[in-house]
Amino acid sequence: MSINWLKYSSPQAFYPLAGRLIPWFAVVAVALMVVGLYTGFFVAPTDFQQGEAYRIIFVHVPAAWMSMFLYVVMAMWAGIGLGLKARLSFMMAQAIAPTGAMFTFLALLTGAMWGKPTWGAWWVWDARLTSELILLFQYAGVMLLRTSIDDVRRADRASAVFALVGVVNVPIIYFSVQWWNTLHQGASVSMATGSKMAATMLIAMLIMTVAFWLYSIAVILARVRCIMVERESLPVWEEKPAVIQEAVEAR
Amino acid sequence: MNGSSIWEAVSGIVRRDLLLAMRRRSDAAMSVFFLVIVASLFPLGVGPEPAVLRTIGPGVLWVAALLACLLSLNRVFTADYLDGVLEQMVLIPQPLPVLVVGKVLAHWVISGLPVVLLSPLLGLQFGLSGESLGVLVSSLLLGTPTLSMIGAIGAALVLGVRGSGLLVALLVLPLYVPVLIFGAGAVTSSMAGIGGEANLSLLGACLVLSLFLAPWATAAALRIALE
Amino acid sequence: MLQAVALGCSRGERRLFSDLNVKVDRGTLLAVVGENGSGKTSLLRIFSSLLPPEQGLVLWEGQDIQQLKELYSGQLTYIGHLNGIKDDLTPLENLMSSMSLAGEPCSTNGAREALEAIGLKRPIHHLPSKVLSQGQKRRVALARLWLSTRPLWLLDEPFTSLDTAATGVVTQRLHTHLQGGGLAVVVTHQEVALPAETVQRLRLTG
Repeated sequence: MSINWLKYSSPQAFYPLAGRLIPWFAVVAVALMVVGLYTGFFVAPTDFQQGEAYRIIFVHVPAAWMSMFLYVVMAMWAGIGLGLKARLSFMMAQAIAPTGAMFTFLALLTGAMWGKPTWGAWWVWDARLTSELILLFQYAGVMLLRTSIDDVRRADRASAVFALVGVVNVPIIYFSVQWWNTLHQGASVSMATGSKMAATMLIAMLIMTVAFWLYSIAVILARVRCIMVERESLPVWEEKPAVIQEAVEAR
Repeated sequence: MNGSSIWEAVSGIVRRDLLLAMRRRSDAAMSVFFLVIVASLFPLGVGPEPAVLRTIGPGVLWVAALLACLLSLNRVFTADYLDGVLEQMVLIPQPLPVLVVGKVLAHWVISGLPVVLLSPLLGLQFGLSGESLGVLVSSLLLGTPTLSMIGAIGAALVLGVRGSGLLVALLVLPLYVPVLIFGAGAVTSSMAGIGGEANLSLLGACLVLSLFLAPWATAAALRIALE
Repeated sequence: MLQAVALGCSRGERRLFSDLNVKVDRGTLLAVVGENGSGKTSLLRIFSSLLPPEQGLVLWEGQDIQQLKELYSGQLTYIGHLNGIKDDLTPLENLMSSMSLAGEPCSTNGAREALEAIGLKRPIHHLPSKVLSQGQKRRVALARLWLSTRPLWLLDEPFTSLDTAATGVVTQRLHTHLQGGGLAVVVTHQEVALPAETVQRLRLTG
């Protein structure tokens, strides 16, 4: 990548750069996902406590990590946008939200799929799952705030403020739900797999995490390009013809 | 901008809002009626068995108080936004976050304090007694201002937006969860004999945190809404 | 003095104006005219600091108003489209509360005199504002101009809903303000009946 970052802070310069990067990230992501899933589903040893059902954690844990990580990154772009008033930052935050929400939903879904054979219930109120649920609501809030406000500038800034407020909330939620679990003694379930994990299990989870991360970058870059094209009708967009031309060629 | 001017501006805002509330007494009454109705729905739903009611009492009362606060949020800024008083407030040459604290404080006195004062009666309805009632009142006394401060952020974000009633609920409820946990937890702990001090301290911490952080977010949201 | 440097603004997808440069000296009034939707109110709101400009900046006495913040808003009186009065308060209560919150407290007598100066008689001072007509409410909002000592006045269509007599009274008040070294930016559809050398016209074409 170019050393002169500032050059790419303008949408016009970023658009073609993003376009060139996407295929690389996508291909490597898919490759890693295949490797990770194979390792997780076939190579890693059977857990002596939970049998084969535990293998869902190779999707569940990386998805949960990604959902939290993406929220923080989204909040970071939101903060940069508010501080530096940079349009591209807001567009990045807008692009991240749907992918983050998707991973959150995936984490919740796989959590339920794990919970049923392991604990006998589709849902357990442990700290991580409950935090994921609240995180999903926060993603929904960021996205709904954006779609409800017609003025693009106001939508950008309002959802940015909410994203930042939410980032403070997530650790507080996690702590408070753990507290709540200790309060109500019965529910001492935890989604942690225990301190001992075979090396292959860890490797598989790490590979999946990296795969998800690269996938996210590819998808987010593609989405931010769509957002740029959508917004190109803003009067401040000087190089209109070039961007539409690229978009047309890309199809 | 000396200290006395800030104080004059804040007290002026509080006085005006309290005067307006006195002229429209129905606003304060609505929060109280809502609390009573919601709290009464639960026994109707789960049956009158005292042991059950005592178990769910703290949670139900806290959720009812939380929902009452949520419903009152559209009254924090909307009227001022519509008649132009809000933009005049933003132009006051004093730090906006401080003015916001005044505004939210007035709102709490009108919509939140009646809930705190009525809660012992409702607590009796659920079979709470003695010390637990005291803890209930303390938890609501610490918790409802926090809910107002946090809720004001949501109220400011959705000013003038279509469907803001539901949207503000979605934005604000995730932020309310810790307060609910500590608040209901205080009463439950007290009833279990453990004592509610730990939860009450956490509630106090939430209140202090919200007093320092929420006004900044609310002020930013107000400016965004007025652009 | 107030200066706009390379100001640019757009609303939604429409560019309202760009590269706008204008200077308003003390003792003068800038009349902003133009079609509906040409950006007059947006320009006034940029001057009031309620709306940050997309491009360019506004200077007050040579300093950027975004840096001055409260130091700047303490120098201006802004009366926009909305009157900024509460329906459940009387005109007297509204006026005294507005002035006090803005940092310019006034006495009851001072407030009464201001309301009378703009043509609202005594009995009206104690009615709830919701029973007043549009024109009367506008007068309550404008009564601030008789009590404000701030140098910069930003008025958005102040003469709307006013009859000829009231328009004359407000214009006279503006004249006094300018003579005292104040300055004003006024969005208006009508001609402001002030001496030509004190008025600068800016037409926005949108």
